[in-house]
Amino acid sequence: MTTRIDARFAATAAEGRAALVTFVTAGDPDHATSLAILKALPGAGADVIELGVPFTDPMADGPAIQQAGLRALAGGESLVKTLDLVRAFREGDGATPIVLMGYYNPIYVYGVESFLADAKAAGVDGLIVVDLPPEEDEELCLPALKAGLAFVRLATPTTNDVRLPAVLQNTSGFVYYVSIAGVTGTATPDFDVVAGAVQRIKRHTALPVAVGFGVKTPEHAAAIAKGADGVVVGSALVDAVRGSLDAEGHATAKTVSAVTDLVAALAAGVRSARVAA
Amino acid sequence: MKASSVTEHALPNSFRTGPDERGRFGIYGGRFVAETLMPLILELEAEYEAAKKDPAFHAEMASYRTHYIGRPSPLYFAERLTEHLGGAKVYLKREELNHTGSHKVNNVLGQILLARRMGKKRVIAETGAGQHGVATATLCARFGLECVVFMGAVDVARQAPNVFRMKMLGATVVPVQSGAKTLKDAMNEALRDWVTNVADTFYCIGTVAGPHPYPGMVRDFQSVIGDETRVQMQEMEGRLPDSLIACVGGGSNAIGLFHPFLDDADVAIYGVEAAGFGLSGLNAASIAGGRPGVLHGNRTYLLMDKDGQIEEGHSISAGLDYPGIGPEHAWLNDIGRVKYLSATDDEAVSAFQLLSKLEGIIPALESAHAIAKVVELAPTLPKDHLMVVNLSGRGDKDVPQVAELLGTSL
Repeated sequence: MTTRIDARFAATAAEGRAALVTFVTAGDPDHATSLAILKALPGAGADVIELGVPFTDPMADGPAIQQAGLRALAGGESLVKTLDLVRAFREGDGATPIVLMGYYNPIYVYGVESFLADAKAAGVDGLIVVDLPPEEDEELCLPALKAGLAFVRLATPTTNDVRLPAVLQNTSGFVYYVSIAGVTGTATPDFDVVAGAVQRIKRHTALPVAVGFGVKTPEHAAAIAKGADGVVVGSALVDAVRGSLDAEGHATAKTVSAVTDLVAALAAGVRSARVAA
Repeated sequence: MKASSVTEHALPNSFRTGPDERGRFGIYGGRFVAETLMPLILELEAEYEAAKKDPAFHAEMASYRTHYIGRPSPLYFAERLTEHLGGAKVYLKREELNHTGSHKVNNVLGQILLARRMGKKRVIAETGAGQHGVATATLCARFGLECVVFMGAVDVARQAPNVFRMKMLGATVVPVQSGAKTLKDAMNEALRDWVTNVADTFYCIGTVAGPHPYPGMVRDFQSVIGDETRVQMQEMEGRLPDSLIACVGGGSNAIGLFHPFLDDADVAIYGVEAAGFGLSGLNAASIAGGRPGVLHGNRTYLLMDKDGQIEEGHSISAGLDYPGIGPEHAWLNDIGRVKYLSATDDEAVSAFQLLSKLEGIIPALESAHAIAKVVELAPTLPKDHLMVVNLSGRGDKDVPQVAELLGTSL
């Protein structure tokens, strides 16, 4: 059976463009607004949704996503509620892939088997778990694949050709290339170097390669989209959420549109990439 | 003690063979890190395995231990404390007499010598009480390496003397403003720095936690404490001690004392966690109040809520104020080889005063937690019982904080 992730990347490839992968944190700035943002993303031009699961100690994230996670936790968001969000989203959208992105501890504490069953039932398509390298595949990756969920692996600038096959071995859905050695939302990558790295990974796998970390503007997105199958934007979107909040940190009438306006601009950037080239 | 599936299995022939090739102690430990760090961690493991087999590495370490740190540290019979308690014969392993004032330097020396072998020019570290930060800044000064120490902003405020020492030694101290601004957040920030500067940076972890190979490697560097204790006790009493006791935050001073004795079945071993305001209130006792989870590269007991969100520890001692514990301790607890107790803030402050008055030794607040349980256990034991407590650090750094608690302004 073709998965939602496979179908979506096949469709964008058929259109001759990269997919726009948008990251938002579940429950940021509150559960209801977060659901409204999720529902509005596909219409604004998001092809794949990465939904961040908030965690107190996000070791691979920069300040923007750290703060988004803390806003969500302060509002009572949890892994259980994150699955609620996915379920509610799926009532109106059966096609847009949703990949949960986060850290292992909340999943481990939930219980791997019950989490996988509940995530699948809620309509989750794949998982990105930052602190589970291939050396720990038995923890979650292999059970997830068995349960019919994609396990999207991060490949990084430090993943050399010797290590790459091990990283790709149990990867499914797509490969997420981390454009910089660093945390999310900080440095801007060197686009030529990234293009070379994407080509290197594509020599080892038939899976789509999406690129993220440090992609902030439509121009960045366009530059990445020339050679990659997907462009991931996260910190810039959660920054847009933050910028729309009132003095007490609550959502305003502008919160959803602050995100969707940026997504629309990014989507235009992605679509322009290969036309211009 | 908690029930565990591990105890249902046969006990191993030796308690000293871990970790396995995956970095596990039973179910604990592992390598739960971002892919960016994985190649470096594998390189570090290979480098450490090579160094372990290299006599030149051991010779270099032995020389600096003797001439720079001032080892061996004395094993000292605490005569007046023993008289006062009226039971077991109490010995102090005097790690507070090491250069820089705590056991931390034992580990830092090993890691800095490794960093030099690997050609790294920049060293980062996290610190809670500042003892590990000071030790790292010291060795970096000695070898001319750049040193950046991450320290929670709350700890920067409560451990001002150590912050100044680190700066004097040429280190950059970065006050960490994220999260609860204590040791856990300092470790997050150090990991973020490491991911960002992975090519030239060596991460000098201060305790027996983090991803494999750190827990086993740091333990090996700290085991000099227990190795010396074995020899010294044989010389002084002609036999092994009957019990060992040490405070446990991450647990490096404790495992350093315990590890060489794990297979001596007649030696009772006690770790002392920080119970803070008490086990029913805010505390930092991960085994007493936590559950297995995954944080900072390893699986271990953690303080967390039902959603797996990490909770803030609380201890009067910045060095014990961490919501986790080294994975080997988690395993030793489950298999029942080490018994983990806890001491409250109040008990630690009383012990701090008691040891100062009776022995003329001001202990670190961390070590005072172990002393507090000596005060409880020793009177219940016969007079020929030999008890060794690890006096892991000296208390100079804590004097301003204790003075304030006791209502004295300095």
